Amino acid sequence: VLSLTVQPRCKIIRFILIQNRAGKTRLAKWYMQFDDDEKQKLIEEVHAVVTVRDAKHTNFVEFRNFKIIYRRYAGLYFCICVDVTDNNLAYLEAIHNFVEVLNEYFHNVCELDLVFNFYKVYTVVDEMFLAGEIRETSQTKVLKQLLMLQSLE
Amino acid sequence: MTPSVRLQEMIRVIRSARTQGEERGIIQRECADIRSQFRQGDNGERSHSLAKLLYVHMLGYPAHFGQMECVRLIASPRYSEKRIGYLGAMMLLDEKQDASLLITNSIKNDLSHSSQYVQSLALCTLACMGSAEMCRDLAPEIERLLRASHSYIKKKATLCAVHIIRKVPELAELFTPSARTLLSEKNHGVLHGAVVLITELCERNPDTLVQFRKAVPELVQIMKGLVTSSYSPEHNVAGISDPFLQVRILRLLRILGHNNDTASDAMNDLLAQVATNTDSSKTAGSAVLYETVLTIMDINSESGLRVLAVNILGRFLLNNDRNIRYISMTSLQKIVQTDHNAVQRHRGTIVDCLKDQDTSVKRRALELSLALVSAVNIRSMMKELLIFLSVCPPELRSQTASGIFNAAERYSPSKRWHIDTILHVLTTAGGDVRDETVPNLIQLITTASELHCYTVHKLYRALIKDIAQQSLVQVACWCIGEYGDLLLKGECEEIEPVQVTEDDILDALETVLQSHMSSPATRGFALTATMKLSTRITDNVDRIRSIVSIYGSCIDLELQQRAVEYNALFKKYDHMRYRSAVLERMPVMDKNSPGHTNGDTSGEIKEPDTSKPKPVEVCDLLDLLGGTDTPLQPSPAPTSTPTTTSSADLLDLLGGLEIKPGEKFSLYRKIYMFGIITIKKKKKHLKIQCDKQTETEVTVTLIASNSTQNDITNFTLQAAVPKVCTHSVFKLGSVFAHTNSRYSFHLTILLYHPLQVSLKMRIRVAYSNQGAMHQDTVQIDSFPSAACQPSFSPL
Repeated sequence: VLSLTVQPRCKIIRFILIQNRAGKTRLAKWYMQFDDDEKQKLIEEVHAVVTVRDAKHTNFVEFRNFKIIYRRYAGLYFCICVDVTDNNLAYLEAIHNFVEVLNEYFHNVCELDLVFNFYKVYTVVDEMFLAGEIRETSQTKVLKQLLMLQSLE
Repeated sequence: MTPSVRLQEMIRVIRSARTQGEERGIIQRECADIRSQFRQGDNGERSHSLAKLLYVHMLGYPAHFGQMECVRLIASPRYSEKRIGYLGAMMLLDEKQDASLLITNSIKNDLSHSSQYVQSLALCTLACMGSAEMCRDLAPEIERLLRASHSYIKKKATLCAVHIIRKVPELAELFTPSARTLLSEKNHGVLHGAVVLITELCERNPDTLVQFRKAVPELVQIMKGLVTSSYSPEHNVAGISDPFLQVRILRLLRILGHNNDTASDAMNDLLAQVATNTDSSKTAGSAVLYETVLTIMDINSESGLRVLAVNILGRFLLNNDRNIRYISMTSLQKIVQTDHNAVQRHRGTIVDCLKDQDTSVKRRALELSLALVSAVNIRSMMKELLIFLSVCPPELRSQTASGIFNAAERYSPSKRWHIDTILHVLTTAGGDVRDETVPNLIQLITTASELHCYTVHKLYRALIKDIAQQSLVQVACWCIGEYGDLLLKGECEEIEPVQVTEDDILDALETVLQSHMSSPATRGFALTATMKLSTRITDNVDRIRSIVSIYGSCIDLELQQRAVEYNALFKKYDHMRYRSAVLERMPVMDKNSPGHTNGDTSGEIKEPDTSKPKPVEVCDLLDLLGGTDTPLQPSPAPTSTPTTTSSADLLDLLGGLEIKPGEKFSLYRKIYMFGIITIKKKKKHLKIQCDKQTETEVTVTLIASNSTQNDITNFTLQAAVPKVCTHSVFKLGSVFAHTNSRYSFHLTILLYHPLQVSLKMRIRVAYSNQGAMHQDTVQIDSFPSAACQPSFSPL
């Protein structure tokens, strides 16, 4: 049985996933210690749970002892795994914030952008989330930093 | 880093593979290529190779051989190489790998690098995969960065500190002073990080929490600033300024105000302000409002504020957005006990949510509805719940059914309504109810004696309609067996009369017996019911006899045993009117009869005895057995007023049923209490074995055996225990027949007794041996200790 509790009442983002409908992972950011096969299993399970839901479901799925907040944008599912006691709506907004930044950064982002520039997507994630928490929420600021970083390379 | 053409090319090639096998081949080739690149050393291509490897890793292929390369690249002076090295470290290395320790030094150096972007890379990586040792090493550096640096770095440093504290809780004190000063930052990102850090510190250490309570006014000020002014366009989301920061501050306030009046008072006004002024038309505003509600509910807020919070939740229930309805119900569930009346006002909306299309919303609505059932609204609520039961998704049925049963048990306005409700549930969802439903319903039916006629008619009609629902069929069979005579009478007050003949009833029962849909347990019920009818009907007893004898050779062991025994009742004991005695109407069953062992001990046992406990001498035994021969030791007054009824009951229950040696005995309905004594007299003896002694329980096993040459017949046993052992359970084990005329009984007695009472037991046995009646009485004054040595008690 996979247990995703760091300790009781630990409100931390466990992981962030971007998957497409076929189950291919476009981004997997883990904020907790997992073995490789545990990670694989989680990816498969999240995919299974999230893809059967449609517009008449809520954006929250509770299973086992954690909770997935997700939203579908075109063919991609953006999932954040949080503690059951966390504020669902706040994380839903965080997802949207993140997607808007991606959109701005890649100029009307599409899935292929995320594929061919996967390392850049990680940069965006690391600007906005850190240590399992939301880090920067101002889109303007994040974009400014991203452009700075890009110029360095 | 502009991806090298080769990287993009590789990605394109991989994506063009048509089969899994083809992809694997390409990957293998590329990995070989990458490996050789790594071996070549510094040639400007290493970062591209690692990037390729990371892509391969993302597809799910093993990439361990890249770990050392990450270490090397991190140590490189070039930013582009460092950058990919750190990314690789975050993706490929974790605490368990040894290689992760090797980068500690690089991180340390990079934390003091002149470029803030390099510093930021190091911070990010440490916060992502830093092990406890690395954290311990680098904590002082982080602390320094918290105080001294640029806000870009401070943001990351605060969250890095959070990670460190999670890994190494003892280091929390290191960060506490700096955390406090960070609250005066203007930069939202830093502030956000600071609030997160303080939250983490307070959650882990109660002393720190007390310390940070002093910061409540400051936090309140910050919040006020966010709510009233809107001059932070960069952090604006749908008209709310920095909802994420607001949510975090609210959460911290919750922790600080919990169980503390001063702190709660200080934030009262603010919470009211946020609750009233926040625009909830978009998700962002709702998120803030939701967190506000959670905070109000968790601190010592005044009642007006609590009502405000419940009203917000009520408004959420009417929101078009399903998400918001869902979380509203989640919160209402938590407060339905404490603020019951406030939640009751929204009952109508909640019940409507039962019809939502999302199962998780339905589940929440169900839980809430069940919590809101009360004596006042039971009828209307039950109507809704029963409708829901018939259309709800399968995974919710058993929960709904048990919820309905609980509600009915607590609040039913009348017995008839109660029975009707249970029947309705059994008809709709009989397959999903718990096992105890059948005995519970039977028990309920027996207590409603005025409704027996009504009940049996209803059940009979349900039975002839459909025999698929096992629980319903079982109850119906039982009732028909018990009250078949009422069914035959045809008339009943509350139901239209219908003529039912004896043949009709027997047909119905036989259908159940023969149907492939009936489970073995159900058929057992049906057979017993058929047998019971033999004393309640007049014309068709022969038919019953033939049914019973057919099942005497049934393959199912349980059915066969029953049929054989019933046959025996017909054949051997008919003249003794034994059959009618055995099959007579069941008494009303008491829910707390012995056998329901759930710690419900008598008052004497529960009394907290603060005075020095004195041993209670029990003198009741004498009374129990009619004051025979040897008197017990003199006793002081017993602690409780003696009630004489219980002793009489014990004796009555010792029905003196005869046991023939060698005959297999099955217990019928009444619980017969026996004691077995060893009568060690001419090779007849009783062994008393005492085991499983706990503080309040003693299990006594008595084994009697006869090793004489002769039969011992008319063996009667009686046992009595002190009154205080009110919940003792006697169980007769099987009777063993040994060779010749040896036999033995096993009897288990589970005695509950209060601690200070010394256990005693008196046993009387009567038997006839070679025509002469014997009677012996044995007193057991002390039970063997937990050492469980069998003791022999000679007579």
